[in-house]
Amino acid sequence: MKKMRQNKKTEGDDMADISAPAAPSAPDAIPKKSLDLLPLALPLVIGLAAWLLIGSTTTWLTLTLAALAMGMMVFVIASGLTLVFGLMDVINFGHGAFIAIGAYLAMTVLAPLSGWVQADNLALNLAALLIAAVVAMIGTGALGLVFERIIIRPVYGQHLKQILITMGGLIVAEQLLHAIFGGDQKSMALPAGLRGAIIIGDLALEKYRLLAVAVGLAVFAAMQLTLNRSRIGLLIRAGVENSEMVEALGYRIRRLFVGVFVAGSALAGLGGVLWALYRETFTASIGGDVMVLVFIVIIIGGLGSVGGCFLGAILVAMMANYTAFLVPKVALASSILLMVAILMWRPQGLYPVAKR
Amino acid sequence: MADRIPAEPLLRLEGVHTHIGQYHILQGVEFDVPEGGITMLLGRNGAGKTTALRTIMGLWQPSRGSVTFEGRAIGGLTTPEIALSGIAYVPETMAVFSDLTVEENMILAARSGPLDRKRLDWIFSFFPAMQKFWHSPAGVLSGGQKQMLAISRAIIEPRRLILIDEPTKGLAPAIIEGMIGAFEALKRETTILLVEQNFRFAASLGDTVAVMDDGRIVHRGTMTALSADEALQTRLLGLSLDAHQ
Repeated sequence: MKKMRQNKKTEGDDMADISAPAAPSAPDAIPKKSLDLLPLALPLVIGLAAWLLIGSTTTWLTLTLAALAMGMMVFVIASGLTLVFGLMDVINFGHGAFIAIGAYLAMTVLAPLSGWVQADNLALNLAALLIAAVVAMIGTGALGLVFERIIIRPVYGQHLKQILITMGGLIVAEQLLHAIFGGDQKSMALPAGLRGAIIIGDLALEKYRLLAVAVGLAVFAAMQLTLNRSRIGLLIRAGVENSEMVEALGYRIRRLFVGVFVAGSALAGLGGVLWALYRETFTASIGGDVMVLVFIVIIIGGLGSVGGCFLGAILVAMMANYTAFLVPKVALASSILLMVAILMWRPQGLYPVAKR
Repeated sequence: MADRIPAEPLLRLEGVHTHIGQYHILQGVEFDVPEGGITMLLGRNGAGKTTALRTIMGLWQPSRGSVTFEGRAIGGLTTPEIALSGIAYVPETMAVFSDLTVEENMILAARSGPLDRKRLDWIFSFFPAMQKFWHSPAGVLSGGQKQMLAISRAIIEPRRLILIDEPTKGLAPAIIEGMIGAFEALKRETTILLVEQNFRFAASLGDTVAVMDDGRIVHRGTMTALSADEALQTRLLGLSLDAHQ
């Protein structure tokens, strides 16, 4: 769309008129899409309830920041998966493999850059992480291309086979990681400049969590810009709604899907890097551990909805962090309880995508 | 098989069979769509009209027979390839992208580049609602407006052939009257194959006609001849023109 708008400008004022047709005679007669704000109130309600139950503003702020950081990481991992499902109805249980591969690739890249990682220089620390993240994204994106070709393509439209074969792909990937890197637990220490916290009064804001929030917000903003301001984004949104009609307009939905699958795999790789650094230790099953949360998030958000996925990730992370503090025994079940409650309220998720 | 169809066909279906799962829907469909004007594809519910359009568009693959467009076999091509060869499709469901605005729907339909202002004005001249609701999400439009958008999308760039499936379905008579004017303008610039249940609408617009029953073509000829022969209408469609009034 951006390209089109640029083209319009080059074609003179007439074309500029296209995006601004004559003003309607009765503005109130123009139907507008009403913004569904109700789901946006959920984090506020949950946050407020937690604040009342916790009783300490400092503790609540610390937990909330932890929840936001966790939510952003889960969103980065889940965003690609929700688009993959929305576009082609593909259920990819193998998504977790890209999380693990991203973590191992980052570990491999960071090893020779240990001087930068341990340097008392934030710029060098961030540069090392950036290189590791880029390599992880390129690697997982390329593997995503192979995975789509070999694992996904033969089972388009066959959900049961998709579940079986993608789970098989996940197991194979995990075992390959064990074979290459060994089955022991790996560690990936945070760079020196990202350890510890920024202290503001009684409040301790962990530096890495702030970085995770910033990365998550940047990914969300980039996705929103792409989906709303580019032709490819329009095609993805249209394809999620009705892929058949996109094809009837002359676009090859399979190519679009491959592109989205590769981008989703790369984002899972980035999420793997963030998640491994967050936990500081990991094994090849790191992906499997977080995938339960990821599936809950995309179901809560509405399959195919990036905005819903973003909100769902924040909600799941808030519930997990607050309940872990308030009622630790319920922490594991909190995400499931949240999903059940939301699906009872909105069976299609918070922001369902209109499917054909 | 009444009248002889004079023009060289733009589209030809020969012995087309289509299976959907275990069901044998099209059973040797044969008809031509001559260049220019509107060819009506009529028939009772379940006769196979929609399947015929979807088969031409490649959304269902024919299991036998040939589909030829401008002398080129398109039977085995994919839907995007068929669309790029110059065929536009307006499905029965309209299939507007409800999350996208009218403008965004049109941008996606204009494959070859930016929207053409003159063409857009031409479309606005018979579908003024499209201009009024340009920035509105398609999902909030009324049924008639969605149909206008679906048709606008199909004609935003010149196409050699437009397949339209039941454009009047569920629409108010006033909107249908407006649509007749739009189709009269459209048929002067392109060829249309139109599936329709509303016989009055079909009779007022159609130039040639093919009638389907049980997955086969049971009649081909001119619309004028079919409109004038009530006995034939009753035999083929089960209803006479008067019954539709």
